[in-house]
Amino acid sequence: MKQSLTLGKVTKFIGLGFLSTIKDLFTGNIDKEDFKTLLRKTIVPLASILLFIGLWHMGAKALYNKEADFKIEKALTDQGQAAADAMEACIASGDVSCKPNTLPSPSQVWDSYKSLLRDHNIIAADKAAFKEKTAALNEKRVADGLDEITYTGRPSFVDQIFRSLKTVFAGFLLALLIAVPLGIFIGLSPTLKSAFNWFIQIFKPVSPVVWYLLVFMIVKTLLIDSNEDSSFTISFISVGLCSMWATLVNTAMGVSSVDKDYINVAKVLKLGSFQKIFKVVLPSSLPLIFTGLKITLSVAWMVLIAIELLAQSPGLGLFVWEEFQNGANDSNAKIIVAMFVIGIIGFLLDRLMLTIQNWVSFDKTDAI
Amino acid sequence: MAYLELNNIYKTYGQGDTEAEVLSNINLSIEEGEFVAIVGFTGSGKTTLVNLINGLIEPTKGEVLFKGEPVSGTSHERGVIFQNYSLLPWLTVGQNVYMAVKEAFPKKSKKELQEIVADYVEMVSLTPAINKRPKELSGGMRQRVAVARALAMKPEMIIMDEPLGALDALTRGNLQDEILNIWGKEKRTALLITNDVDEGIYMADRIIPLRPGPNATLGPEFKIDIERPRDKTELNDNANFKKTRNAIIEYLMDIGEERKSDSIEEIILPDLSPKDFVNQFKYKIL
Repeated sequence: MKQSLTLGKVTKFIGLGFLSTIKDLFTGNIDKEDFKTLLRKTIVPLASILLFIGLWHMGAKALYNKEADFKIEKALTDQGQAAADAMEACIASGDVSCKPNTLPSPSQVWDSYKSLLRDHNIIAADKAAFKEKTAALNEKRVADGLDEITYTGRPSFVDQIFRSLKTVFAGFLLALLIAVPLGIFIGLSPTLKSAFNWFIQIFKPVSPVVWYLLVFMIVKTLLIDSNEDSSFTISFISVGLCSMWATLVNTAMGVSSVDKDYINVAKVLKLGSFQKIFKVVLPSSLPLIFTGLKITLSVAWMVLIAIELLAQSPGLGLFVWEEFQNGANDSNAKIIVAMFVIGIIGFLLDRLMLTIQNWVSFDKTDAI
Repeated sequence: MAYLELNNIYKTYGQGDTEAEVLSNINLSIEEGEFVAIVGFTGSGKTTLVNLINGLIEPTKGEVLFKGEPVSGTSHERGVIFQNYSLLPWLTVGQNVYMAVKEAFPKKSKKELQEIVADYVEMVSLTPAINKRPKELSGGMRQRVAVARALAMKPEMIIMDEPLGALDALTRGNLQDEILNIWGKEKRTALLITNDVDEGIYMADRIIPLRPGPNATLGPEFKIDIERPRDKTELNDNANFKKTRNAIIEYLMDIGEERKSDSIEEIILPDLSPKDFVNQFKYKIL
C-alpha cells in the first residue's frame, strides 16, 4: 500500500520533527501533550540560544572594557594625561585606529555576516559582467584551439564555502572508496585482519597536520612534472586519509559480526560467496557502515579547516587563516562568522547522512 | 537401508578441561516418507541435533548418512525451517523466497522462478503480503514465509527445528495443519523437533524423546497408531492418543526427576578461617 507523504513524516524522517509541531501550532491542531513537546523541542532551544547570545554579548563587552582600560592605562603611563584623554576619546568615538582588538560582540558578527554577503553580491556581479564581456572572445579562442579566459579575481565568502564543500566531498568519496571495500575484506578474512590491524592501530590516531605533510611529500613528487596547482589534490587526499578510519573500523566490525542466523540461512541456501556478501553480509552490516560514514563525514569537515590552512587550498580554512593574518578591524568578527557557518554546515551534513541512512538501511531492532 | 541414518553420534563443544559433551550415542533412522518428531526439554541439544542433520555442523564421532551417503555440508535436498524464522529483514516476502528458489534451480528462467515463488507464497496464503518486509508481518506470518521458503526449494526432506515454538496456540494449530497438508500432498520425509508432546502426537508417525543434555541421547520411540487425517478435537477423546500421550509425558517427567536428583550433590566447603588483619597490619606499620 502506498502511503501518502505528509509534512510530519518527511520532517521526522530527516530528523527535524519539531517543524511539524510548529505547523500544528499555527493550524490549531494541537493538544496538551503536543504543546508540552513543542515547549521542550522549540521554546527551550530558542531560549537557550538567546541565553547564549546574551552571555556572549556580556562577555564580549567585559573583554572590550578590559582591553580599553588597558590601552588608556598604557597611554597614561607612557605618554601622560593628555595622551590618555585622547585615547579615551578615540575609543569612545569608535575610530578604527584605536579600536580594542578582542572577542567581537554578536552584533558585530552579524554586521560582518551582512558585509560578507554584500561582498559576495559585488563579486558575483563582477563575475557575471566579466563573463558577459569575455563571452564573444572566449568563443573565438575555443574555435582557435586556445584556452578560455577565466575569472581570476578574489573568491567571495560563498565561493569559499563551496570550495570547502567540494574538498570535503572529494575527500569523503576517497575515504568511502578505500575504507568500505578494505573494511569488507578485513571483516571477512581473519588473516587480513591480523595483517592490517597494526596498520589501523598506528595510523588511526595520527593528526591531520601530519597526514597533510605525509600526503604533501608524496603528491609533490608525483606531480612534479605538472604545472597545475596541486593544493586541492593534496588537501582532499589528506582529508580522505584522515577521516576514513571510522568507516574502516566500523565496516570491518559490521561485516565480521553478522547475525549467525543469517549466515546459517546463507549456508542452508548454499549461496555462493559473491551472493553471500552482497545479499546477506552487506545489507546486514549497512547500519554499522553508515554509522562509520557519518563519523567520517563529520571528521572530514572538522579536519578540513586545518588542512586547507596548511595546504593554502582555497576554502573556509584558508579564509579563517587569512582573516587572522589580515588583522583588519572586522577580521575577528569574520572569523566568528566562519566558525558558525562551519558549525551549521557540519550539522546539516550530519542530518543529510542520517536521512540517507534511514532511507537505505533496515531497522535493526525489528530484525528477524 | 534407511533414508536418514544417524550412527553412534557424539558431539562435544570445547576442548580439554572445558570440553562439554552435548550429544552422546545418538542412533536414529528415518524411512522415506515418514514423519518423525523428536520431543525434548529446552536446552537438551535439539538444535545441535538438527544442525548435525542439515549439515551446518559436523559430529565429533559417528556418522550421519543421508540416502546412504555421509552428510558433508548443507544440501538443497534437506530443507530447513529454523526456530527463529531467520528471514532476511531487508528483503520482502517474495524476495526472501525468490533468493532460495534461485539457488535451488539455477537453470530456470526468471519467469519460471517467479511462478514457483508465487505458488508457494499462495500455498501459505500470503499472496497479499508478498511485497511486505518481515517486520511488517506477525510472528505466524513470518513463520509461514519461512515454511514457504524451505518448501519452495522442493527438498526431499524437511527438517523443522521447533518451527512453531514462538507462536500462540491458535496460530500454531493452523500452521500445524498447513504443514501436514503440504507434507501429505507431496509425501516428503519430515523431521520435526518440538517441545510440545501434543504437537508431536498430532503430526508425527513416531515420537522419540530426547533425554536432556549434557550427554543427551535418544530415548525409546513411541509409535502413534492414529489414522490420518487426524482431527484435533476428536483426538482428545481417542483412547490411543491418551495412552501414548501419558506414556511420553510420564517418560519425560521421569527423566526430568532423574535429572533433578542427579544435580543435588553434596558440596564440601573448604576449611577456611578468617585472616588476622590486626596483626598483619601491625607488622607492616612497624
